[in-house]
Amino acid sequence: MFQIKKTSLYLGVIGLLMVPLSQADEFTTVDTDRWQQQFMASVQQGRELWTSPTLGTNGVACAQCHPNAANTHPETYPKFQKQIGKVIPLWEMINWCLRNPLEGVALAADDPKMTAIQAYVTYERRGVKLEPGKH
Amino acid sequence: MSTLNRSRRNFIKNSSALALGCALPISLVELAFADSEQNFSFAYISDAHIQHIKGTRFVRNWDKGLIRAVAETNLLAPKPDFVMFGGDLAQLGSKPELDHGAEIMSALNQDVRYVMGEHDYYLDLGAYWEKLFGPQYYSFDHKGVHFIVLNSIRTYDEWTHRWPSNEQRMLEMAGLDNPNGSPFMVGEEQRKWLQSDLAKVAKSIPVVVFSHSPLQKIYKGWNFWTEDAEQIQALLQPFDKVNVIYGHVHQIQYNQIGNISFHSVMATAWPWPYPSSYAQAEQYLPKLTVPMNRADPFFERDATGWQLINMANGNVDMNFTLYNNSERSVRFNKTNKQPEDSRYQEESARIPGQQHY
Repeated sequence: MFQIKKTSLYLGVIGLLMVPLSQADEFTTVDTDRWQQQFMASVQQGRELWTSPTLGTNGVACAQCHPNAANTHPETYPKFQKQIGKVIPLWEMINWCLRNPLEGVALAADDPKMTAIQAYVTYERRGVKLEPGKH
Repeated sequence: MSTLNRSRRNFIKNSSALALGCALPISLVELAFADSEQNFSFAYISDAHIQHIKGTRFVRNWDKGLIRAVAETNLLAPKPDFVMFGGDLAQLGSKPELDHGAEIMSALNQDVRYVMGEHDYYLDLGAYWEKLFGPQYYSFDHKGVHFIVLNSIRTYDEWTHRWPSNEQRMLEMAGLDNPNGSPFMVGEEQRKWLQSDLAKVAKSIPVVVFSHSPLQKIYKGWNFWTEDAEQIQALLQPFDKVNVIYGHVHQIQYNQIGNISFHSVMATAWPWPYPSSYAQAEQYLPKLTVPMNRADPFFERDATGWQLINMANGNVDMNFTLYNNSERSVRFNKTNKQPEDSRYQEESARIPGQQHY
């Protein structure tokens, strides 16, 4: 019984080695280009949401107060938001804006739209050093 | 007509409520007519961005900012000589927005003169606005001061006429950071008019120019910019005292270029970040400017407001009435020959809220 198992294990391992799978540490510019393209697609979707009059319910868009996502300070989160009374990540502040100036509905933390909005906001702040907690 | 009368009565009611709830800063009252008989004051309201949702619904937040400015202006004593509106009464230039804005403004006790903003203009190139408020550029004289109103938010003809619909043109220009936008300009027609208008004015007469966009170059990406700013400045430089007052930027800015003092005004709708807080672009905010406080979004009216302007012997003294913040005064310093904040101009007097990033 044990013998059979061992044999099939060997066969399995040999079989795996013969399949031309790449190694964990091997990636090429084709890969990095694709990953960058995936990220930029999310940034693009975020920009569209940022300027959309239909993200909320009253026609107000994020970009109306935050052109180029300026004054959103993604590099300072998580931080203590005195008006909420605790340390929060950026997405909670985005939801505050969705509910209040946009008179809309909050998004789930892992909603692809929320990911896209954060991708866009952070992309517009690229190159700025991280300063979590800063006011 | 009866609707208008009813709403006027509501305003009067609101004004009395405000009179009880919020006392106007006394210093504003003292400033007016404090110095000499030549002094006078006028109020300046700008950038209301009245935004139509649907039917009879408008964005409540922006409505409130303008309603409050109108109510507070009516409480001023002594009364300002007149009221200016600095442009962007509407958000997308539509009839409902301009009508709704005009109705709110109709509660003012003083005569109001209007400046054209891009949000008023790019739907029908100002046609309906002209019906309500008159010509797009003009001049007038008041107590020895020559006032000029320019439409500074025009742009290249190719851009104006490249769009498949007027609605799309309006939307493209309404996005402040839209890369499909186009730089503002006064244009040749108005520059010629300005030249001939100024030719009739003695160089010693104080001149005040009202425009929507800054007649100086700060940041092109958000149209904190007028393409032919230098040409306008050249026409104004020969005068002894020139003041330019502009809206559009939704923040405190001031500057001095030669004989010309520049002042921006606040919006009643919402504040904008200083261009320096956009990490991907270079900008030229005048070093003289002590920024407004960073806005607290949890106070809906923070970093918005309106202005009482005192004409002190031909120079503009700007008093910012800020709804959720300490008031600010930027006055002409005769020794340094430039506008300076009455409290925060010294580096050591700045407060953390004025640091933008």
